[in-house]
Amino acid sequence: MSANPDVVMGVEVENPVMPYLRQDRLPHIWCPGCGIGTTVNCFARALTECGLDLDQTAIVSGIGCTGRVAGYLDLDSFHTTHGRAIPFATGLKVGNPDLKVVVYSGDGDLTAIGGNHFVHAARRNMDLLCICVNNFTYGMTGGQCTPTSPVGAKQTTMPYGNFEHPFNLPHLADACGAVYVARWTVYHVKQLTRAMKEGLNKKGFAFIEVLSPCPTLYSRRNRLGDGVDQVKYYKERSKINNDVDTKDLSLEFQGDITVGKFVDRERETWLDAMNNRFTSVIGDKYEPYGVTNGEK
Amino acid sequence: MAKNEIRIGGLGGQGVILSGIIIGKAASIYDGKHATLIQAFGPEARGSSCSAQVTVDDDPIGYPYVKKPDILVVMSRDAFTQFVPNLKPGGMLLYEEELVDPTDLPKGVKKFGIPATRYAEELGRKLVLNIVMVGFFAGVTGLLSPKAVEKAVLASVPRGTEDLNLRAFKKGFEHGQRSVGV
Amino acid sequence: MKADPKGVLTGIHFIDGDQAACEGALAAGCRFAAGYPITPSTEVVERFAGRVPLVGGVFIQLEDELASSIAIQGAAWAGKKVMTVTSGPGLSLMMEHVGFAAFTETPCVFVDVQRGGPSTGLPTAPAQADMMQVRWGSHGDYPMIALSPNSPQECFDLMIEAFNLAEEYRVPVFFMMDEVVGHMIERVEIPEASEIEVTERKWTDKKGKDYLPYEADESLVPAMTKAGDGHRIHITGLTHDERGYPVMNASTQDKLLKRLLGKIEINRDKLVDIREDGVEGADVVVVSFGITSRVAGAAVEMARANGVKVGHLRMIITWPFPSKRIKELAQTVKAFIVPELNMGQMVIEVERAVVSDAEVISIPHAGGTVHEPEVILEKIMEAAR
Repeated sequence: MSANPDVVMGVEVENPVMPYLRQDRLPHIWCPGCGIGTTVNCFARALTECGLDLDQTAIVSGIGCTGRVAGYLDLDSFHTTHGRAIPFATGLKVGNPDLKVVVYSGDGDLTAIGGNHFVHAARRNMDLLCICVNNFTYGMTGGQCTPTSPVGAKQTTMPYGNFEHPFNLPHLADACGAVYVARWTVYHVKQLTRAMKEGLNKKGFAFIEVLSPCPTLYSRRNRLGDGVDQVKYYKERSKINNDVDTKDLSLEFQGDITVGKFVDRERETWLDAMNNRFTSVIGDKYEPYGVTNGEK
Repeated sequence: MAKNEIRIGGLGGQGVILSGIIIGKAASIYDGKHATLIQAFGPEARGSSCSAQVTVDDDPIGYPYVKKPDILVVMSRDAFTQFVPNLKPGGMLLYEEELVDPTDLPKGVKKFGIPATRYAEELGRKLVLNIVMVGFFAGVTGLLSPKAVEKAVLASVPRGTEDLNLRAFKKGFEHGQRSVGV
Repeated sequence: MKADPKGVLTGIHFIDGDQAACEGALAAGCRFAAGYPITPSTEVVERFAGRVPLVGGVFIQLEDELASSIAIQGAAWAGKKVMTVTSGPGLSLMMEHVGFAAFTETPCVFVDVQRGGPSTGLPTAPAQADMMQVRWGSHGDYPMIALSPNSPQECFDLMIEAFNLAEEYRVPVFFMMDEVVGHMIERVEIPEASEIEVTERKWTDKKGKDYLPYEADESLVPAMTKAGDGHRIHITGLTHDERGYPVMNASTQDKLLKRLLGKIEINRDKLVDIREDGVEGADVVVVSFGITSRVAGAAVEMARANGVKVGHLRMIITWPFPSKRIKELAQTVKAFIVPELNMGQMVIEVERAVVSDAEVISIPHAGGTVHEPEVILEKIMEAAR
C-alpha cells in the first residue's frame, strides 16, 4: 500500500480499499513481505461488501505489529494496551450495543497476554468479531516465541527450537463457545474476505485465524525464505476442509495446514442472555438494555 | 445525652447485625441522634460468633470503634465470654438468660436477663429472637424512644412479617420495662 | 445539569460506605461498571449489579481486574459514565490502565477500598497504604485526582464529585475508601435529583474530520466524542498528536505531557479541598485524610481539653496535594502531625511542602485497625511542649 495512486500501464488507478484507510497515516510500518497488510486489504474489501454502517463500526487492537491495524483503518479505532483489546471491545460493545465491534490483533497479544480475555469473551458469546493474525511470533519485539509457535521453530527466546506445545486456536475458540470459527491464510484472500464478511454479519463471538508470514523474523530465523516463499508454502500445503473436528487442527512446523470454516452456529449473546434473564425475573419493571436498534 | 457505646454479640444466624442496624437506624433516622455501626468482619463473621459495635451520640461521631462498651448485649455464651471483660465498670449487661450465665462481671455492672429465644418460639418463630432483644434493649436502656425503635423495626424486616416482628418487639420491650421497674 | 432521577434513591438511609458509594455513582450518572470480586470492595458492585438493571445501565463481572479497568474505558468511549471498584491486589493489576486512561483522557472513576498490604495482606481490615501507588503506580508521569471520604454520607456526596471531576478534566479519578469507611454503617441522606448537580461530558460540536480528538483550548481539556458519532477517531496509548495519531518524538511527548499535567496544575487552587478546624494561630496542626481524620478529630478535641492550641487540617482531596496551604501554615505552626494508616506516605508530601519551616511528625500505622486517639494525642502533647 502507498499513499499515492498506483500507476497501471500509464493510468492512475486508485486502490479500491483506499477509502477505508487513513491515507494521512500511510505509508504503514509493516515490513516488505509481511502478511498483515494483505489481511487489512481483505478486511477493507469485506467492509465494502458487508453492508454495515461504517460510522457504527469500530475496530480495537492490542499491541504488536497487528495491533497497528486499528491505526490505519478509517473507522472509530482504538489501539489499546497489550492483550486487552477484547475487554476494551467488550466495554465498547456493551456500552453501546448499536456498534459493530471488531477486535483485530496478533497471536501473542490475543492468546498469550490476552488469552484469559479471549476464552471468556468466547464463553460469554460477546458479540465481537475477533481476527487473529497468526504469524507465530512477536514481531515488534524482535521474534520471540508465542503460544502458537510450532514445536521446533527457532525464536529468539527459543534459540534451540521451540519445545512448548502450541495452541490450536480454532479448537480453543470452538471449545470456549465461539459461534463462528474459521482459519485461512494470506494466500486465501477470497475466502478470507468472505469469512471476514460473514464474521462482520455474525451475531456473537466470531473468530478468524489468519496465518501470515513474518519474513523479517520468523522466516529468516527458520531459513524459510521470504514472504513469497511462505505464501507458496501456504498454497502448497493448505487443504480446505470445513467438516473437520476442530481438535484435529493443530499445526506443525511447516506441516500441512487445514483451512476452512469449522463452526457456524447460533447461541444467545451475552447481551441477549442478560436481557432475557432480567425480563423473566424482573418482569415489566425491566426495560431491556440496548435494544433500541438491536445488535448488529 | 452523652455518647453511648454498645456492643452486640451472638451467633451467626441470630440476626446480631440486624439488631444493631435497627438500633442505629432508630437513633439516626427516627430519633435525631447520630449513630455509627461497625460490623465485625473477618473469619469470625462466618463462624460461630458475630458482633456489631454501635455508637449513639447527640453529636457527630469521630472515632468509630467501640472499645469499652457502656452497654453489652449478648445472645450467646461465647459472645458473653468474649466481650464481657471489656464491658465498662458500671455499665449494663443485657443477656439471653437461658443461654448465658452472667458471672465474673466487671465492677458495678447492672445485668438484665430475658428468655428471648423462648419468647421468640412462643411467638411462633425462633428467628425473631433478635427483635425481642431489640425490644428488650429499648425497654431497659431508655436510650431511644420506643416509637423510633418500632419504626426502625418496621423499616428493617421483610415485608409480610411486620406484625410478628412488632409483637416480638413489644414482648421484649415489656419484659425490659418490667426488669427496670417501669 | 441535574442528576437523572432514575438513578437517585432519594431518602434517608442507614447504609454502609460501600453501598453509599454505589448510590453516589448511580446518582452521578454512572451507567456502566465492571469489576472483579475482592474484599472489602465487593459490596459496591454487588449493589450496583442489583440496582443498575432498573436504572438503565449495565454491570459486567469480568475475568480479572485487568479486564475490568480497560472495559470501563471502552464503555466510556461508547459514551457512558463508568467506574470500576477494587482493593489492593486488584489495584496493582489495574495500574497499567490508570496510565491508559490518563494518556487517552478517558473519564473514569476507580474506587479503591483500601485494605492492609502489601500482597494479599489483610483482606478484611483497613489501611491507607495505596496513596502513593495511585499517585505514582502507573509508569510514566500522569495527572491524578484522588478523594478520601471518611463516612458513608461522604461516600455518597464525594462519589458524585469524583464523577464530576473525571468529566471536567477527562482524567481517571481515584476514590480512596478504606475497609472501615466501606463497612461502617451510618445515616446517609440522599437528596432529590433536582438538588444534585452533575457534570456532563464536554462533547464536541464539530462534525466529521473537523474534529481533532486532542485539540484543546486554554482549559487544556479537549472536547470528547464517542464511537458511532461519525468522527472516525483514532485513540492510542502511544504518544499522539492532536489527531490522536501516534507521533513518537520528543517534542510531541513534551507538548502532550505538559498539557496533561497542566490540566490539574493550572486548576490546583480550585481543586484543593480541605477542611480546617482551628488552624489559624495553632501551635500544632494535625494533617489527616479518610478514616484517620475521624480519629485525629477525636484526638484534637482531647488535646484542646488539655489546653493545647491545636488545629486540624483534613484533606478531602488528597491529590493534588494542598502544598501551598501547608507551606503557608508552616510559617506560624511549630509542628505538623501526620497520622495515617501506612508507614509514612502522605507525610512525605507534608515534608516537601514544609521543608525546614516547621517540625513534621509522622504517626505511621501498619494497618489492620485505626489509630488509638490516645496515640495521636500523645504526639500532639509532645509537639506542643
